[in-house]
Amino acid sequence: MTQPRIELLLALLGAAAMVLAAMATPWLKFVLTLALAKGIAVLGIMLLLRAGQVSFGHALYVALGAYTVAFLAPSMPDAALLLVAAALGTTVAGLLIGLFVSRYREIFFGMLNLALSMVFYSMLEKFYHYTRGTDGIRVPSLTVAGVPLDRVSYEWTIFGMALVLALGFGVFARVYLASPLGQALSAIKTRETRLDFMGVSSRNVLLSAYVLSALMAGCAGALIAMTSRHVTPLLAYWTASGELVFIAILGGAGGVLGPFLGAAAYELVRVYAAATVADMWQMILGAVLLLVILFARGGIWGLLSSRLQRGRVA
Amino acid sequence: MGDWFEQNGALLGLALLDGIASAALIFMVAVGLNLVFGVLRVLNVAHGSLFAIGAYAAASIGLFFTSAGLPAWASLPALLLAAMIVGLVLGPLIERLLLRRIYSEEPVLQLLVTFALFMILEDAQKLVWGVQPVSFSAPVSLMGTVDVPFGADVIPYNTYQVILLPAIAVATLIGLALFLRRTLTGRVILAVTTDREAATAMGIDARKVYLLTFTFGAMLAALGGALSTPTASLVPGIGASTIVLSFAVVATAGLGQIEGAALTALMIGIGRSIAVTFQPELEVVVPYLIMVAVLLVRPQGLFGVVETRRV
Amino acid sequence: MPSSFQPTRRQALAAGFGSVLLPSALSAQAPAQRPSEIKIGVTTFLSGAPSVFGVPGRNAAEMLAEEINQSGGINGVPVRLFFVDEAPGIDHLVGEFRRLVQNERVDVMLASISSGSCLACTPLGEELRKVTLLWDCGTQRIFEERNYRYAFRTQANATPEILAPLLYLLKTKPDFRTIAVLNQDYAWGRDSWEIWKTAMDALKPGVRVVAELFPRFGATDFSAEVTRLLALRPDVILSTSWGGELDTFIRQAAERRLFERSTFVLPLAESSLERVGRSLPAGHIVGSRGDHWHQHPRPANPQALQRFVENYRRRYNAYPIYPTYHMAQAFSALRAAYAKAIAANGGNWPSDAQLAAAFPGLEFESPTSRMRIREDGQGLEPQLIGTTVHNDRFPFAVMDNMVVFPPEMVTTPAGQNSVNWLKTLTAEMVNRVPDPIRAG
Repeated sequence: MTQPRIELLLALLGAAAMVLAAMATPWLKFVLTLALAKGIAVLGIMLLLRAGQVSFGHALYVALGAYTVAFLAPSMPDAALLLVAAALGTTVAGLLIGLFVSRYREIFFGMLNLALSMVFYSMLEKFYHYTRGTDGIRVPSLTVAGVPLDRVSYEWTIFGMALVLALGFGVFARVYLASPLGQALSAIKTRETRLDFMGVSSRNVLLSAYVLSALMAGCAGALIAMTSRHVTPLLAYWTASGELVFIAILGGAGGVLGPFLGAAAYELVRVYAAATVADMWQMILGAVLLLVILFARGGIWGLLSSRLQRGRVA
Repeated sequence: MGDWFEQNGALLGLALLDGIASAALIFMVAVGLNLVFGVLRVLNVAHGSLFAIGAYAAASIGLFFTSAGLPAWASLPALLLAAMIVGLVLGPLIERLLLRRIYSEEPVLQLLVTFALFMILEDAQKLVWGVQPVSFSAPVSLMGTVDVPFGADVIPYNTYQVILLPAIAVATLIGLALFLRRTLTGRVILAVTTDREAATAMGIDARKVYLLTFTFGAMLAALGGALSTPTASLVPGIGASTIVLSFAVVATAGLGQIEGAALTALMIGIGRSIAVTFQPELEVVVPYLIMVAVLLVRPQGLFGVVETRRV
Repeated sequence: MPSSFQPTRRQALAAGFGSVLLPSALSAQAPAQRPSEIKIGVTTFLSGAPSVFGVPGRNAAEMLAEEINQSGGINGVPVRLFFVDEAPGIDHLVGEFRRLVQNERVDVMLASISSGSCLACTPLGEELRKVTLLWDCGTQRIFEERNYRYAFRTQANATPEILAPLLYLLKTKPDFRTIAVLNQDYAWGRDSWEIWKTAMDALKPGVRVVAELFPRFGATDFSAEVTRLLALRPDVILSTSWGGELDTFIRQAAERRLFERSTFVLPLAESSLERVGRSLPAGHIVGSRGDHWHQHPRPANPQALQRFVENYRRRYNAYPIYPTYHMAQAFSALRAAYAKAIAANGGNWPSDAQLAAAFPGLEFESPTSRMRIREDGQGLEPQLIGTTVHNDRFPFAVMDNMVVFPPEMVTTPAGQNSVNWLKTLTAEMVNRVPDPIRAG
């Protein structure tokens, strides 16, 4: 089998495993929906990593997507419409901000994204009368495509939406990375000047990836808001952005499956850590990250794919 | 405009004084981060943890001195001692055990190693010092206040904040500049900052320079923390808020630029205190607005140099 | 290359996941059997700045659970605690809430220090039909915006906690003309100022607000703010800040003699008194989010208060602060509710719904008084406000001239919106404030 086929097969297997797990344990469905949502956001981070650029501020788009849902939900209480609205809103924001930040590289790119997300975080707290500050906004119960649902079927629907979006974005990212535009992304990382010599605008290449990543983060934010049903400014804090980069490395930046593997592992480790030592979860997560970087640099996906390769050779 | 200054000139003067005092602390933390970044090319998130640990250690040592019956003036060297101990113990430990393994890796991995370390130290701090606010304000009480005239009124200021802190910051700035430009070790560090490849090609032992710089940076972070102890109660999470601010300073200043860090710290400190005086709601976003504005005009930061692009 | 220890590792993993993936036969309304233990989920801050309240809250919970179990449990059933850290954010908190309810099968949730957490957990508890006791959060919005069948509050809310110190100020130092506020920039800081301002405009119209300062949440330096306040010389400075920030503000204000220029009103300062020592001068107004004070002048049961204070001090080497009392109230209410529900159920163990039905109108003991939960779920808690004084018994400022406000006086009537209610208050209310009690 070819690499993409194996990936697709693994993705379908993973999806089936998630559905089974969610059926067996109701609360796990919640955690897995969040993991899928974060995986989608991390997929965007991964596109930027291909170009060698690390955004330390993508929580901005997650929070923007989530707050779009929270703000519009009272007047438009439908999950499908809200998802579209969040996607549109974050794409536009990503384009406007992207025009500015795509001129910068490396630490400046990272820090500008960080700064903008912190400005957004402060605004969510400052405009207290609109955002209710740290109290956050509760998302009312939503219909899906016009159909009102009870709690359990609503949870399943959002879980299904997250799964479909994850698969969709995953396939899309695969195609995008294989296209000339996607190939040019890797060139930004290695020898950017050569792109310019070839007449390709490296800025536009990065911008396209940036807007895509904003869209993905926005959809992730919308899903998070619809799942946890309560949004707070903490979604935009810099540690939330750090978490996304963390997951990208944990999962492995190689294939499009990495982000989802990473997100599921991250959420489960956090839950286990919190369940065993409620006040030391940070230390445990930090230690896991450290071990992955020092001893398994390819992340979970790296471990998995090297094992598959060996299997095929044998 | 003239009228406005007549009415608010005195207030502006007070805001400048506050701004300089807070700029001194911002500079102390950011300059270490910037130095480390300039040489090692690692953006050290754990710099915030070193700040926090330095602050807590200063409180512990200070309180120990007090309980041991040492005279009040001993509280000042206590701060310095704490910074030295934290820097000399944790600095080499982190550099040798962690950073050394990842110099050849991608920047994102380096950054995440320090992020992981930050998460671990955040909880470790809690294990050692607990969660109840810790404080040690003896140095402030020791130095008393100075009265600054304000119209017919006087405004008391802490001598510690408006005189000692800026003096230490200026001394650090001058000392660092002299060290980097006049001593052999300093020049070696500077050479590695400007062009790592050329420096190593000329036979400079980069590993030694890294160890030295990181230890020094850790000491500066801890000193920044120790110097903030006398005026602030220490709680979990102080490292996290310090580090974002320092990031903004580094990017605004230009990588590795100590004068840039000083100027940026001054802009942020004064900008914030002016905001508190006239438009308090703007205070939080001031550092980021300054950073975005500076980078729009100078994409390499205030003092940054354009790096040659590789072909 | 399969290594020899691989099977064991798989087994270990499988064992780990077994507890997570345990198939669950959910049956919320099943007839309840007397359980082998009562499982109590507690959400509190275990990291970050708010852990200055969260950890004492957890300490108190552990102490109380141990005491309950030593004395034979609640109606013969021992209790077991599960803690959740609120610090990682709402999505994690809500996930853990679900895990505790759906997987660990807790019998009751004690929710949250942060108002944001309470606002997220309360509707979830309702959806999952699990009794949720709001043990510490401040927001008054919960029961004013919605009705709940499973959520109850075993303490007061922001409205009485802010109205009481205002009334105290109006009674003891009525002649102020200017005021400035310095609150943390987050929901509590903003909400409490709105409550104060609305009530002040109704009770004493014409007071001029000279500065509204909302420094960043988690700020470690208030020098610029102190300068501003020194220059403005307001008669009164209000700050509802807490924790490290309040400590820092008190110390910086004291060093620069701001306390000599203005009267401070610090509604949460009881929790900082021991830490700031004598930095806090005499003659300023402090509160404790309730009637929580280890030197309470007239506790309903002096022995009970003394026992609570001494036990806590022995275990944790500090005086108990208000979150510990709030935790004690939640445990006491739970105990009383079980007794009431079991009696109403003919001596049989109550279901979730039957337990919930016991809370409206429930009366229970707090360490300092006897409390009641109103029909709308809101707890009626007295408020104790005092003026600081220094004496030889304590190395820190303590309260004197204490007024204990009866809850009916300062709590928004059921079914009304706090801000609207505060607008209807009149200056006559000050005359009804009880007389101050001198410290013993």
